Amino acid sequence: MKDNLYQYLLGIADNSLILGQRMGELCGHGPSLETDIACTNISLDLFGQVRSYYQYAAKIAGDGRTEDDIAMLRKEREYLNVLLVEQPNTDFAYTMARHFLFDVYHLLFLTELKKSKDMTLAAIATKCIKEVRYHQRFSSDWIRRLGDGTEESHNRMQAAINDLWTYTDELFHQTEADKAMVSEGIGVDVTKLKAAYYEKVNTILEESTLSIPESKYFQKGGKMGIHTEHIGFLLAELQYMQRTYPNMEW
Amino acid sequence: MNKAKDILRSSKNSSPSGKVDGALIPILEQVSDPEIPVLSIMDMGVVRSAVFENDVVKVQITPTYSGCPAMDVIGDDIKKALKDAGYKSEVELILSPAWTTDWITPRGRKALEDYGIAAPLGAEADKDVLLHGKRLVKCPQCGSTNTKMVSQFGSTACKAQFQCDDCLEPFDYFKCLK
Repeated sequence: MKDNLYQYLLGIADNSLILGQRMGELCGHGPSLETDIACTNISLDLFGQVRSYYQYAAKIAGDGRTEDDIAMLRKEREYLNVLLVEQPNTDFAYTMARHFLFDVYHLLFLTELKKSKDMTLAAIATKCIKEVRYHQRFSSDWIRRLGDGTEESHNRMQAAINDLWTYTDELFHQTEADKAMVSEGIGVDVTKLKAAYYEKVNTILEESTLSIPESKYFQKGGKMGIHTEHIGFLLAELQYMQRTYPNMEW
Repeated sequence: MNKAKDILRSSKNSSPSGKVDGALIPILEQVSDPEIPVLSIMDMGVVRSAVFENDVVKVQITPTYSGCPAMDVIGDDIKKALKDAGYKSEVELILSPAWTTDWITPRGRKALEDYGIAAPLGAEADKDVLLHGKRLVKCPQCGSTNTKMVSQFGSTACKAQFQCDDCLEPFDYFKCLK
């Protein structure tokens, strides 16, 4: 039970940590001042949420590890985020498409997590959902603007959606920890979110004059710790300070 | 006397379900959000409770946004203010119930406006301005509602960027959080 809950918390938190790191990479590199600030604001929200989950995970682990240890000192295969969130920032269409495809899931997930029997998780979800609503508004808005924009922006957004589509199915895979937590009334049955997810995503894609990819081939592995090649580079940057100067504090 | 009444009212509004010991109110009112120095933490509604337990003051605060870096500073500032007043204290961050902009007191809203930050509208109106470009937010400089959103995200997590089309001044709008 304890171990399952710990693994379950990491599964949720790692998505926000890795996506937060990706969005944070845009600090000083956003396409305009406003979007730069927006992306780093979103990153800050995600890191804040991550702290709540890792603090709780550290308490459950009870072996002296802190939230920082959990965030910074695991090996690649111990990160349980979905592959979607670790995909790199190529162009802004890709960055927004990745964010949008996660936001829609995130909002549905937190809405269910609010009902968790675990009071701490329910409280974290209640807090996070208010912020994630703003994230989804922001990313959906960019899907529409670029999708229904110029020929160039439309093509780029369509290419991004086509490419990232292959990572969406993994969101609805259950791990062993997931199943155990669902049966305890603590976790969210993600398989039940799938229909609502694609319905919402497809609606916004249609509004944006984008076509819905038909690919039936999907990637998976992140939830089991098997990642794409991109995460190594991301972790190298994320962990650099703690690896180089162990136990340093800001 | 008036001031005492005012304090009572603000403490009641700022933590609807919490309790703050009367003796602690004037001390906590000196602590402000480092990003918005005119707004005391009592008027912001982040103090959930502050009570004596034996000779230690136990304070519970709730974050506005989960990643808000001001929360750590606020925690430290509370401890310092209480220490200066001769009290030992412990500050705890609690997540439930989650903070909402409804907990900003009327006095807090006025302080925001005076400082040049437009106070949050109701949830529906907030959606109208942020999503549908409606012109409802009052410019804190000239009072016109002929204002437009520049960006949904502003200088801090809690604000959006706006501009007034009458006096042309840019300003921050404190987003509604419910």
